[in-house]
This record gives sequence, structure tokens and C-alpha cells, in this order.
Amino acid sequence: MKSKSKLFGKDQLWGYSFISPMLIGFIVISLLPIIATIIISLTNWAMLNNQVNFIGFENYKKLFADPLFYKVAKNTILFTVLLIPSNLVLTLGLASLLKDNFKGVGFFRTAVFTPVVTTVVVWGILWKYIFQTDNGLVNTLLSMLNIKGPQWLYNAQLAIPVAVLVTLIKGLGLNTVIFIGAMKDVPAMYYEASEIDGASKLRQFFSITLPSIAPSIFLVTIITMIGSLKVFAQIDTLTEGGPGTSSFVFVYYIYQQAFKYYNFGYASAISAVLFGLIMILTIIQWKLRKRWVYHEN
Amino acid sequence: MRTESEKARRAKKIKKVIRYLVCSVIAVIMLFPFYWMFTTSLKTYGNVMKFPPQWWPNPITLDNFIELFSRHNFLRYLWNSVYIAALVSLGVVIVSSLAGYAFAKIRFKGSNILFLIILSGMMMPIEVTIIPLFIALSKLNLANSHLGLIIQPIFGYCGAFGTFLMRQFFITVPTELIEAGKIDGASHLRIFSKIVLPLASSTIATLVIFTFLQSWNDYLLPLVLLNNSKTYTLPLGLKLFASEMGVEWNLVMAGATFSTIPMLIVFFLAQRKFMESLAMAGLKG
Repeated sequence: MKSKSKLFGKDQLWGYSFISPMLIGFIVISLLPIIATIIISLTNWAMLNNQVNFIGFENYKKLFADPLFYKVAKNTILFTVLLIPSNLVLTLGLASLLKDNFKGVGFFRTAVFTPVVTTVVVWGILWKYIFQTDNGLVNTLLSMLNIKGPQWLYNAQLAIPVAVLVTLIKGLGLNTVIFIGAMKDVPAMYYEASEIDGASKLRQFFSITLPSIAPSIFLVTIITMIGSLKVFAQIDTLTEGGPGTSSFVFVYYIYQQAFKYYNFGYASAISAVLFGLIMILTIIQWKLRKRWVYHEN
Repeated sequence: MRTESEKARRAKKIKKVIRYLVCSVIAVIMLFPFYWMFTTSLKTYGNVMKFPPQWWPNPITLDNFIELFSRHNFLRYLWNSVYIAALVSLGVVIVSSLAGYAFAKIRFKGSNILFLIILSGMMMPIEVTIIPLFIALSKLNLANSHLGLIIQPIFGYCGAFGTFLMRQFFITVPTELIEAGKIDGASHLRIFSKIVLPLASSTIATLVIFTFLQSWNDYLLPLVLLNNSKTYTLPLGLKLFASEMGVEWNLVMAGATFSTIPMLIVFFLAQRKFMESLAMAGLKG
């Protein structure tokens, strides 16, 4: 009895020493900074202020009266609303097309996946070139059809949709491969049974495939939402937030306020709001995942 | 009867042709931007501006690439990106496999709550912690070093995800294996390094691919921290190069091509593992 408790005691020590590098690092690199972000958001810390004072929720009051903040929120919502449905429709279609084994399927899957492993900055710069007003590829092709292409990246209405398109094409491969995996897990007997009943392929897709992979669809949706909240490199390479402020998104606004104007207090308030949103979505994601897919304890 | 089956066969054939057609169109849409990038990087400035465009560069020139290496630091950027991503991957594997093993196989007080706490690191991405990190690193005079770029992912999002992933794997390792090691008098460290870790090679490969790509892609943190061209990583160096070159797209595309090729080669060598790993990370991350 005594030796057992001793063994357990020794185990405890091993347990703590095994987790301590990660735990200590996490506290210093993630936990303290997030607490600091919230504390700084309650101050007037800025380059121009000699004295840093606590000002309560002033930054938040200012934030919720700031038209640019509403624009940022609107742009981020627009980005998400445009991205998610188009992404789901296209990736579900691609996955249905590429899930079967036929000759050359490996090549097509690789082709769709190649942009996923391309650096966001490279991808953004490449598409900035493609969407140039003069001699960009898109407008060149349009002019061959005698259509005068718009100023894609310098048009306040088009900047966000173009950024969405660029993000969409880059990310297609990832969700396609996720859905192929999910579709392959659907028991073949479901399809066999429905075939005997004479169901069409389309009917099978809506009555068998979609309900069976619904958990993956929900998870992918939430993960894509979190990704949309964090969008930065695409915007910075394509439009630098412009024209004017018309493609400002959350992280771009944080970047501008914190590292161009050095308004650390105000930028921290934006960060804290972003953190709140990411936290809510992450908790939903964990709850869903626990309930549905992976039977984690 | 015969005509029936003939009809069915013909319908099948048509379906097959349509499928290849659709797939080919998609492949062209996905790959043409890369073709455009590569070929533009081989054109002269005059030919980039031509209308109608040159679909194939003529003459082919390597001057753009020579400029990257002679007047700009692209080789240095590449080296910086590679060694930073390698150290980040190594760090994440060590730290998160240790923690993952402990959470899966060692009984200690508070392990459940501590696991949740570390997991919460996944909701604290760099985008929301960057202001205090920048201030702290500047005060320590470390902003312009690579330390932040290496440490942050290890203990931030990547490390938290890694701990989760490794724990998931270690749970599936039979406890008898560990008990047997204990009876032989081996310590947890020995059991971990000699028995359990070698079993995890596939999961570790997944984690390395995910982490390496995250670090390789990292843009916001280098942009905020670094201000000396000797310390730039590829994405930051390329972005600033592109801003400087403006409409000299032949040069910009040469930089983009150079930044893309190393990762593309690795990807083509291990496509299946890349796709599996990133899909898994995408679903769980």
C-alpha cells in the first residue's frame, strides 16, 4: 500500500516536469500577454501620451462610437458572408468530384491543393498582379472580349470581394480534402441500399452524403469563420486596407492603430473584442466536436 | 437487350469524358496563376508591359533572378525562414510531445484542468497577443532578433495544438506497454523516449508539417518586429521588395517564384502526407 502511494507520488513529479516547459511557456507567451492586452485596453497608453493612466472603459466607449470600427466589423462580416457559402458549395462539389478513385485523380487533387501550401504573401502578390487595372491578366482577358475591366483593387466596392475570391481559391483544397475524408467514411451500404430503391446521384448527395458529413461541415464553417476574423496578409498584400479604408478588417485596424500610430490602448481594446469573438467561436467548435465526431473524453 | 447495355455503356463513357473535362478546367484555374508567375519571372520588363501579352516568354531571361541575389538579400531571407521554421518545429515537437504524453499516460493532480488551460492557448492567436509581446520584446531589446518568431509559435497556437494532437495519439498507446517498462525499472523519461516516442513518428510528421508551414507563412509578427533587412524572412522580404519594385512585375514575380519553389518541391515529394496532415490539422485546429 505504502509503495503504491509512493509510486503515484513519483508519477506526479514526472507529470509536472513533463508539462512544465509547455505550461510555463504558455503562461509567459500567451496567458500573460492576453491579460496584458485587456489591462492595456483600459489605459490611454500611446506614443504621444507621456503619462499612462487608467481610463476605465473609455477606449471601448470610443470604439463603439467609432465609424471606422463599424466599417471594420461590416467588412469582416461581408468577408465571412461571401467566403463561407461559396467555399462550402465549391468544396462540397469538388469533394464529390474527386472522392472516387479514377485515373489521374491524384493529379487533380494535388492541383487543387497546391495553393494551400503557397505562402499567403506570395499568393496575395501574385493575385495583385493578376488583378492589376492595366495589363493585369483578368483585364487583359476581358479586353480581348472587348470589355473594359474595372479597377478591381482600387474600387471601394470591389476590394473586399476580390480579397474574398483570392482567399477562396487559396483555401479550396484544404476543405476539399477534409470533405473527401468525411465522404469516404460514409458506409457504402447506404448508397447500395438507395441504389436498389432507384435514388438518383443528386438525391443520394442530399439524402445520404450531406446529413452524414454534417458535423464536418459545421466544424469547417466555424474554423473558416475564425480564419476570416484573423485575415490580414491577403489584405495587406492586395490592397493595404484601401482604397482609403474600404478594405480595413479587424487585424488591419489593430496593426494600423498599434504599429503605425502607436495607440496601444485603443488598439488593445480592438484586440480584446477580437479575442472575445475568437473565444466564443472556439468554445462552440470544441462543444460541437466533442458531441459529434471524435469521442474525446 | 444488347442495345440497352450499349446505351448504358455509352452513357457511362460520356459521364467519364465530362468528369475529365470538368476536372481539367478546374486544374487549369488552379495552376494557371503559378504558370503566369513562373513565366513572368522569365520575361524582360518591356515584354511584361506588352499587349496582347506574351503567353510564353521570348526571349527568356534570367536577369530578374540575378538581380534578386546580387542586389537583394533573397538568399538570406530564405535561410532565415528555413532555420526559424526548423527550430519552431523542433521546439513544438519536444515541448508538446512531453506534455501530451503526461496528459495521456501519467496520473497527476489537476491534469484535466491544466490540459484545458494549455488548450485555451488555441484561442489566443498572435493577432490578439501581439501588442504586449511587441512592447516586452522591445523593452528587452529583442524586437529585431528572431527570438520572438521562434518562441511565440512554440508556446502559442502551434504548441497548444501540438499538445492536443500528441495527447490524442498517446491515449491510443496501450498502457501495458508503459507498465511493462516500469516493471523493468525504466523511468518515465526513458519509457517516453525509447518506447512511446518512436511509435508516434507519423503523428510527429503531421505536427512538423503543420508547424513548419505556420512558421513559414508567418507574416504579421515579422512585419511588426523586424526592421533590418538582414533579419527579414521570405514573406516579409518579398512584400517589401514588391512595394519597392512597384510595376516591375518581372522582378516581383521572380521574387515570388523564388519564395514558392522550395516549399512546392517538398510538397510534391510528399503530397499525400501533406494533404492528410493539413486536413487533419484543419479539422482539429
